[in-house]
Amino acid sequence: MARILYFGRLAEIAGGGETNVALPADVDDTEKLRGWLSETHPALRDRSVRIAVNQIVAREPAAIADGDEIAFLPPVSGG
Amino acid sequence: MIRIQAEPFDPAAELAKLAADGAGAVVSFTGLVRGEGDAVHCLELSHYPGFTEKAVAEIAEAAKARFGIDRLVIVHRYGRLAPGEPIVFVAVAAGHRRAAFDAVDYLMDRLKTGAPFWKKEEGPAGARWIEARPRDLRDAARWSEDFHAARN
Repeated sequence: MARILYFGRLAEIAGGGETNVALPADVDDTEKLRGWLSETHPALRDRSVRIAVNQIVAREPAAIADGDEIAFLPPVSGG
Repeated sequence: MIRIQAEPFDPAAELAKLAADGAGAVVSFTGLVRGEGDAVHCLELSHYPGFTEKAVAEIAEAAKARFGIDRLVIVHRYGRLAPGEPIVFVAVAAGHRRAAFDAVDYLMDRLKTGAPFWKKEEGPAGARWIEARPRDLRDAARWSEDFHAARN
């Protein structure tokens, strides 16, 4: 299982902000993950949404595997 | 010192801690939740525990290196905030004023565009998510190498 986190506006799109998913065997990088999840949530295709794997912002495509924490990060606004 | 917290804080108390230590100059900035007339009832900020702290620490380290300062305070809140409440506080102690002014300006520009917080504004018309505005991005770009090369 991989832990998927959704922040900002995506927390509402994807319901609850956090899910554990069993990654299909062929979903082994962030690009394929976007493709797979965006069938249900098209907003995840948006390139302004960055992905962090295990709390490090990924240079995509980045490898992913079971046990990873994968976060979808829309543009931020601190301050 | 960096704190990411849900609890309210007192900007004056934060400032006093930094000023008590014999610096020649202390500059601070306090950001408050804007009410926009009656258009905003509440602001809700979410963050990514661990990741957000690390990103803010990196921005702080960059400011220290760039402006030659060694003491600063950043306090940033998350959770539900009402108009008028302090949301962010940045203060820098330095030997001289120019470095302190510049460092605070830099820190706020970087926090606005690079600190992992997500803001939802709630008002009479419903809720909407707020993302960095073009103005914020232009402000942050002032500090990039390219901008200075073009200006000098």
